[in-house]
Amino acid sequence: MKILVCISKTPDTTAKIAFANNNTKFAADGVQWIINPYDEWYALVRAIELKEADPTAILHLVNVGTADSEPIIRKALALGGDEAFRVNTDNTDSFFIASQIAAIAKEGAYDLVFTGKETIDYNGSSIGGMVAELLDLPYISHAVKFDLEGNNAVVIREIEGGEETDKVALPAVVSCQKGMAEQRIPNMKGIMGARTKPLKVTESVAADSYTSIASFDLPPAKAGVKLVSAENPEELVKLLHEVARVI
Amino acid sequence: MSVLVFLDQADGHIKKSSFEAANYAAKIAEQLGTSAEALILGTVNDDLAAIGIYGIKKVHTVSDASLNNLDAQQYTKIIAQAVEATGADVIVFSNNTSGKAVAPRLSVRLKAGLVSGAIALPDTTNGFTVKKTVFSGKAFANITVNTEKKIIALNPNSYSIVTTGGTAEVVAFSASIDAAKVAVTQVNKVVGEVSLSEAEIVVSGGRGLKGPENWGMVTELAGLLGAATACSRPVADIHWRPHHEHVGQTGLAIAPNLYFAIGISGAIQHLAGVNRSKTIVVINKDPEAPFFKAADYGIVGDAFEVMPKIIEAVRKLKGA
Ligand SMILES: Cc1cc2nc3c(=O)[nH]c(=O)nc-3n(C[C@H](O)[C@H](O)[C@H](O)COP(=O)(O)OP(=O)(O)OC[C@H]3O[C@@H](n4cnc5c(N)ncnc54)[C@H](O)[C@@H]3O)c2cc1C
Ligand SMILES: Nc1ncnc2c1ncn2[C@@H]1O[C@H](COP(=O)(O)O)[C@@H](O)[C@H]1O
Repeated sequence: MKILVCISKTPDTTAKIAFANNNTKFAADGVQWIINPYDEWYALVRAIELKEADPTAILHLVNVGTADSEPIIRKALALGGDEAFRVNTDNTDSFFIASQIAAIAKEGAYDLVFTGKETIDYNGSSIGGMVAELLDLPYISHAVKFDLEGNNAVVIREIEGGEETDKVALPAVVSCQKGMAEQRIPNMKGIMGARTKPLKVTESVAADSYTSIASFDLPPAKAGVKLVSAENPEELVKLLHEVARVI
Repeated sequence: MSVLVFLDQADGHIKKSSFEAANYAAKIAEQLGTSAEALILGTVNDDLAAIGIYGIKKVHTVSDASLNNLDAQQYTKIIAQAVEATGADVIVFSNNTSGKAVAPRLSVRLKAGLVSGAIALPDTTNGFTVKKTVFSGKAFANITVNTEKKIIALNPNSYSIVTTGGTAEVVAFSASIDAAKVAVTQVNKVVGEVSLSEAEIVVSGGRGLKGPENWGMVTELAGLLGAATACSRPVADIHWRPHHEHVGQTGLAIAPNLYFAIGISGAIQHLAGVNRSKTIVVINKDPEAPFFKAADYGIVGDAFEVMPKIIEAVRKLKGA
């Protein structure tokens, strides 16, 4: 069993969102970078659990990014995983990134490729599906539970208003979200061990960029809250009905 | 040249978010001086000609029961055939769980740039640029699509439907269908509950409610308003409420008309999932709770005292 987990780097969830260069670039000054929570908490931890259940399993990580990604890759290796690949590029187009991941995935002939459900900065939820199409593999998105049954995966995925259980023969690509696993903290042994695990840097393969970011905007500021007295909550209902017209 | 919208169905009924996508597609078609057509897969019970009121001229159906459940790979191949047959240049999805599974695959298959999470019509004055949410709703990015064909996945609840008269022509589309590789062995839906991602009103509770036994006030208000229920992350983590109700940066991102937050502090990660709500109401006993800064209306007070009165007032309003 060979597993590839896709790891992306995102600003910390409390990072101030601001833009520079005439609103064309995220203002990264002073921002703390983390592993995208869906990749870390769910995709990676579930993959580590699969490896714990089957010590012969091989677990690789891939990140498409510049050298700035190395701290988060090392952290991921500290949680678990045998080795990591970094494809050295800062391109931001989803298809371009997916093409890089697909090239690594093809080379390694993985049984399973895990991604997070989405990056918390770009919110694309697209790279998993693109990788699956590039590899011509089945894709199960929004997985909340994943189990192996021989050469099949039994996956529970979120659908509107509920969940469905899917069965698919491996290899497959799965995007992971809450429910898959519980967040872990790397321990000292993991952190020490991660320093010597292989982190292979490769150059990008040729691929098109289908999209580009023209600019960013921030939402208009709220007008401010209208407070209603706790003595008279009925007034709130009246405002919602007559002024906001939402009930 | 035309615009093709994928209509997503469950249990034979078109999802509400697909009506938004259909109307959005029709508007794009109008903008481009062409017409909008739709594709629906699987057996459907709804009156498809009625999709005309959303501005759709023609609905292509592949009413094959083997397509009732989604297999992203199989769907993508059929949609690609329909794109070819209709000559569509712009393909529209709802950015719901089906759209998120299929649109990226189609993007690769058609070499068509994808904007997922779109919230506005494309700007076609100079190229083709679409506004989408980024940073979990804390900002927007204007994405330029550089390919000839374009795919847009529209966020649910971000486009207001304007219906017109008209009926759509319904035609059977004969597609070559591959066998599904994903077998759906079970479907569990919460019956009788409003789906959180499509709900117009959401009533949500946080740790301030002290325990699951106090959720009556959340569900009662939700019932009266026809709303879905939601919760903050710790509430789901400590199993007071089911995981699928968790909204926020690491849960579901929603954009209802009204988000009613009770006993939730308004941490930045919570706001990330709800800040696109049109109107936000906050009930919190702490006047310093950060949520008040993001709210439109609020009451500083004890939920256990305030909520029964609110519920009573809503009951009167609804004549229930
Ligand atoms: C990486 C990361 C991701 C996260 N993702 C999410 C996410 O997706 N969604 C999410 O919700 N959180 C998320 N969190 C957690 C988030 O930071 C907060 O801890 C969480 O939202 C707090 O939940 P709460 O408001 O219910 O609880 P608390 O912070 O405990 O707030 C309870 C509130 O209730 C009020 N209160 C108490 N008693 C009463 C009363 N009787 N009447 C009225 N008000 C009362 C209090 O004044 C307080 O404001 C994330 C955190 C991290 C680090
Ligand atoms: N630069 C990247 N390197 C590796 N994996 C990535 C990268 N960007 C995104 N991914 C993976 O793809 C998932 C979905 O990303 P997105 O389509 O951008 O929302 C993420 O959760 C990651 O698992």
